[in-house]
Amino acid sequence: MGIQTSVVSHCERWRELDEFIEQVRDPEHPQGALIPVLHHVQELFGYLPQAAMNHVAQKLNIPTAEVFGVATFYSYFSLVPKGKYNISVCLGTACYVKGADRIMKTLQEELGIGPKQTTPDGLFSIQDARCVGACSLAPVMMINNDVYGQLEPAQIPEILAKYRAKRNE
Amino acid sequence: MSDVTLTIDGRSVTVPAGTTIMQAADKIGIHIPRLCYHPQLSIEGACRVCVVEVEGQRNLVASCAFPVADGMVVRTATPEIRQIRRDIVELILDNHPMDCQTCERDGNCELQRLAYAVGVRERLYEGERKSYKPDTSSPSLIRDPEKCILCHRCVRLCREIQHVGVLGYYGRGFNTVIMPAYDAPFQETLCTTCGQCINVCPTAAFLEKPHTDRVLDALADPEKFVVVQVAPSVRAAIGEGFGMPLGVAQTGRMVAALRLLGFDKVFDTQFGADLTVMEEASELVQRIKSGGPLPLITSCSPAWVKFCEHFFPDFLDNLSTCKSPMSMHSAIVKTYYAQKMGLDPKKIYSVAVMCCTAKKFEAERPELGTPEYPHTDAVITTRELIWMIKSAGINFKELNEEDFDRPLGESSGAGTIFGATGGVMEAALRTGIWMLTGSNPSDVEITPVRGLDGIKTMETEIKGLKLRCAVAHGLGNAYRLMQAVRSGEMKLDFIEIMGCPGGCVGGGGQPYAGYDAVPLDPEILRLRAEALYNEDRGKPRRFAHENPDVQQLYKEFLGHPLSEKSHELLHTFYYRRVPPGIG
Repeated sequence: MGIQTSVVSHCERWRELDEFIEQVRDPEHPQGALIPVLHHVQELFGYLPQAAMNHVAQKLNIPTAEVFGVATFYSYFSLVPKGKYNISVCLGTACYVKGADRIMKTLQEELGIGPKQTTPDGLFSIQDARCVGACSLAPVMMINNDVYGQLEPAQIPEILAKYRAKRNE
Repeated sequence: MSDVTLTIDGRSVTVPAGTTIMQAADKIGIHIPRLCYHPQLSIEGACRVCVVEVEGQRNLVASCAFPVADGMVVRTATPEIRQIRRDIVELILDNHPMDCQTCERDGNCELQRLAYAVGVRERLYEGERKSYKPDTSSPSLIRDPEKCILCHRCVRLCREIQHVGVLGYYGRGFNTVIMPAYDAPFQETLCTTCGQCINVCPTAAFLEKPHTDRVLDALADPEKFVVVQVAPSVRAAIGEGFGMPLGVAQTGRMVAALRLLGFDKVFDTQFGADLTVMEEASELVQRIKSGGPLPLITSCSPAWVKFCEHFFPDFLDNLSTCKSPMSMHSAIVKTYYAQKMGLDPKKIYSVAVMCCTAKKFEAERPELGTPEYPHTDAVITTRELIWMIKSAGINFKELNEEDFDRPLGESSGAGTIFGATGGVMEAALRTGIWMLTGSNPSDVEITPVRGLDGIKTMETEIKGLKLRCAVAHGLGNAYRLMQAVRSGEMKLDFIEIMGCPGGCVGGGGQPYAGYDAVPLDPEILRLRAEALYNEDRGKPRRFAHENPDVQQLYKEFLGHPLSEKSHELLHTFYYRRVPPGIG
């Protein structure tokens, strides 16, 4: 992808964002549009860039601090670009009692990053999730759309190695 | 709306439908313990301290949020509720530092009082405790998330009353922190430094940036000539810090206390206020005669000025170029006064006692000093002065009254009323009328601009010249007024805006609300304003232009209002700030 096309796609994303805001905006109830708009930003950019949050605040007439508050309240939103492989670890009740915290801990040790962070090479990011709807497989994690159930911490290095190898393919 | 009758703790009470249980209980003298609730802010229901039992409800309900119903039976203090309430407060304390004795708010802390009132006598829970570094980047405020109990009063105040909205919540649950967007240092945010967050905070999560150490150092330095000036509103509230009655100015004792503390000269910011009137009334007359830009908007309140620079940069030309009374006074101290007394301005240490936290920010605006030294070296709040007096072992109540030093301590009643909302407008009109007609107005007191209505308007005619005036106090009211001006809905010539509710008497540096008082209580603001209006009535001179020492200053040094020298020393400029305000 050349510089030219990336600039064009960048501008298109902002234009698309503005169009979306116009569709959902309700001046009487500006707050109502905030979450749908942030979802859209996340889809367009892959995360919530600060410039986009500032833009949304101005457009919806909502204090930036409130936009930031909503963005950091929900685990779905990410403030940093997610990795090529985004790992969601379910910390819902069933997974938690089955040891999801140990899965989370091992992942962090293996990758050297915390939740909502991305490895410096951009390959992996970790996210905590509330119930992915697969309680019978607890504890569960997802790497992009691949589901791993009944996990043991010892399996983690092997699974990560698989994705590292994929990159080199 | 129809009335409903309910029973609270066996007593019958009739209130309008839609009333909350807490309000109904207040009406019959039952004070349900509370923490996050504030009568002027939206209902949060965050702390759960105000839980009560309602017959027929499965769980206890938060009385601040629960509306009354006909025939409802409420119990507020059964043994079970008292135990639960104590548990709730203990759990809040569990995540709070145990440093009351070394805390700035020791003795003035709502959480401390509440823990005592509900009967917490030991700490049963020892759990994980949050740990954060304070943000000290602002020239005016310190934000210490470790002391924060997440009542959200500051967030609601900053949005709902001040329309600034600099504060929000970060994260969720145990990890929630109140902070500006992106955890930006306060100095880089929209924060106007008004300090109202300090007033409503039940703990010490917000404090003023202390200047007491540097003032004490200067007082101990024999090389320094330390002068102090005191804002009008300080005298109206300082007595509260010593258990004296509300609404009585303690001017004479305050002057005596400052002398005892070791200040070489005790001056009055009201001299600066009289000077501001001379310059600003002249500016108004000049702008009216030369066609603008109008409306002229006052610039005494540094929180309002910063708000304008973020939210209304299209009105910067409308702001009066006059410096505030404090900054005018400081400029005169280090020029005129230094020359007159043969002092080296570099050896003068100029302290201002202000009801205001934003004045600390104002003192650091580089354009208000010289490249070598600031004109105002330190700003302490009313609270800091009260502490200094107590800490020096001065028995304030027993002091004999003393007078300010001259010449910069002489003032008229016009300078006094600057501290109450509408006061600058009133003082400027008193002198403006004299400037335009050559004689003083028959009615000294201009009552339509007094009082606590959010936005006050008045039309007057002076020698066939129609003058449309408006006064707003609190930045939320300022926002609404300025939006009406921006849209063309309101056509005005002269606007007074003060950043704090009630004007300076309600400043962010004023004494904390007492044991039975609610922060920002309009009755307290009214009484403090009354203290100033009484001072004004008792003054031999009530017009700024009659202040003999101000007249002398013009004769000896400045020439006349708006002279070249005045422009150099008493006027300033403003700039657009980032981030831009929302709305």
